[in-house]
Amino acid sequence: MSSRRLGVYICYCGGNISDFVDCERVRAAVEGEEGVVIARTPMFACSDAAQQEMIDDIHQLGLDGMVVASCSPTLHQLTFRGVAERAGLNPYLYTQVNLREQCSWAHTDQPEAATRKAIQMVRAGIAKARWSEPLEKIRVQTVPGVLVVGAGIAGLRTAVALSDLGLAVTIVERSERAGGWVAGFGSMYPHDRSGAGLVAEALAEIGRRDNITLHTRAALVEKSGSVGDLVVVLDVAGERVSLNVGAIVVATGFDTYEPAEGEYGRGLAGVLTLPEYKGLLDGSEGPLVVDGHPVSSVAYIYCVGSRCESCEHGHTYCSRYCCAAAVHASLVTHERVPGVRQYHLYRDMRTYGKYESLYTRARQQGSVFLEFDPQEPPSVEAEGGTLRVTLRDLLTTGKELTFPADVVVLVTAMQPKRNEALNEVLKLPVGLDGFFKEVHPKLRPVETVIDGVFIAGAAQAPRSSAESVASALAAAAKSAALLKKGSVQLEPLVAVVDPAACTWCGLCAEVCPYGAIEKVLYDGKEVALVNEVICKGGGSCVPVCPYGAIQVRGSTDAQIRAMIEAMEIEHV
Amino acid sequence: MSLPAEATALTRPAVLVFSARMISDIGIDLAGSSHMHYSPSVVVIPLPCSSSLRAEWILHAFERGFDGVFVAADGTDCPLVPDCTQRTAAVVGRAQGMMQERGIAPERLKMAAFCSVCAESFVRHMRQFTESLADLAGIAGGA
Repeated sequence: MSSRRLGVYICYCGGNISDFVDCERVRAAVEGEEGVVIARTPMFACSDAAQQEMIDDIHQLGLDGMVVASCSPTLHQLTFRGVAERAGLNPYLYTQVNLREQCSWAHTDQPEAATRKAIQMVRAGIAKARWSEPLEKIRVQTVPGVLVVGAGIAGLRTAVALSDLGLAVTIVERSERAGGWVAGFGSMYPHDRSGAGLVAEALAEIGRRDNITLHTRAALVEKSGSVGDLVVVLDVAGERVSLNVGAIVVATGFDTYEPAEGEYGRGLAGVLTLPEYKGLLDGSEGPLVVDGHPVSSVAYIYCVGSRCESCEHGHTYCSRYCCAAAVHASLVTHERVPGVRQYHLYRDMRTYGKYESLYTRARQQGSVFLEFDPQEPPSVEAEGGTLRVTLRDLLTTGKELTFPADVVVLVTAMQPKRNEALNEVLKLPVGLDGFFKEVHPKLRPVETVIDGVFIAGAAQAPRSSAESVASALAAAAKSAALLKKGSVQLEPLVAVVDPAACTWCGLCAEVCPYGAIEKVLYDGKEVALVNEVICKGGGSCVPVCPYGAIQVRGSTDAQIRAMIEAMEIEHV
Repeated sequence: MSLPAEATALTRPAVLVFSARMISDIGIDLAGSSHMHYSPSVVVIPLPCSSSLRAEWILHAFERGFDGVFVAADGTDCPLVPDCTQRTAAVVGRAQGMMQERGIAPERLKMAAFCSVCAESFVRHMRQFTESLADLAGIAGGA
């Protein structure tokens, strides 16, 4: 531990802290702590004036560390790191104490106890700051190219957008043809544009671009390197191709739920899933015929495999796209089969946003909507060459209704695409629902914890093709923002090994979910080395080391112990 | 300037919470910003992820006078280590073994997972934990 010269700033937060914590008493209690050169109590530490006062203190008093006891670090940590930087102080020599959210606001009823707690918290912050070390951000040169995994509508639109931004794009598609689900669709909601037509347009555009390469029957099989400078190995129709890219966009799409035999009559002639029915509608002309029988009545059963809390095979989430897709299919059916009788058996109708107009049109065209209780779902049976549907309709006083239908359409869930080999290569977090998981749904919606790997489309969550394209363009923008600057800077708060203490038992490498730790020779012995560009700083390697040889910068053993000791309980 | 001990000490039972910076610590923040009250004898040290917690730190807290240690793990929401709760549980189990060897009641160490909006759950756990610690040690106070 160096002997630091610390400035300590205990913020009033305009009363948010000082109304419940006696800030002057806190200042008096800590100003004599080891290393504290100056302790102040600004009204608003984040104000321009207070920031300038800190900068002046750093210059005039020769401070080499700073503690600000104010609000949550999520709010102003970057602000005060910026203050340190502007004063020429390494930003990682700054420590924030969360005095507002975790003290004054939580103890508005006990100001005396809150003040005592605040003193302990600021002491802990000072103790941590005394052990802080200057750190430099990790700088990596970037390669101006992107790998897009998956050539569905999201992947294709990502590629075109990246090409527009001047980045080279390579697309790998596992199947024999590009376009994914949308390439197989005819009229799609909300504007009745042909899915096949949309894909054809995108492929024609890609064909005109020199900086896009599309590989079908291809897969990503290896990835190494780090954000901005990745080496990927592709298997292209059996041939291995190595490529250098700066980022990866994963747009691998979805699978559709396959109902179990007997589930809502699955297995009976005329019981189809929505994708099967849509294939029938899009792949034929004239009168609609199923299994040789003309269709004059259709029943749609919604939420098959979705919103299922207790069923064996289904999913708990809402699949989002399917209400609008099924209602749109009924509109197409109405055009194809004049006089058709259509029944929609639903739990909740979620034609959200603009798609509500589709629902209104369907009702105006004669579709009948019947609500059922999920505890008492409809049944489907075969009877005399047709299907018989029975439900208890909640909209007609719970009366049991039975009616015939030529076709029963099971409006099936969207589910995660299974691709264990890709998951193994990318090591992307997967949510409980099985879809790839973003860092934060609102703040970082297309980024993953693997820096430089983005997600787009229905690989991330159930969504419509329009929403998939929107997220694809977001992923393209984020990739370009990362790569166009020519270099990236990464947080240095990652794991670090003390080679003198390490004996290479391999436990840290075993538990690292990112493969960031490797064995190297150091001074004639085998030790662990952390690739700081790959490491995320989660620190699950820390407790498994029998020698305490590995720790995370910014949360070191010395810092945590010092904080505990600073808060040592005086048994009074 | 030095104040008398009674003017600066935490109330008891003193509880050290280890939180996870990106998830459970946000939930604890939410409790405060919602002005939900819990005992001021509870102090928090955030970690990058709860799975980075060392059993030795838990023991150190007891040696330094804390009455209880609570591990606020980050459940399934952790973007850094998806199975961190299981990993953290293993650390807690190891720490409880070490506590028993030293004659420290394992009930003085608890763990629960909190997400970034689990403010009510955190406050409830703190109330229950401080009450149980008070019973355990015959300490007056609690939430």
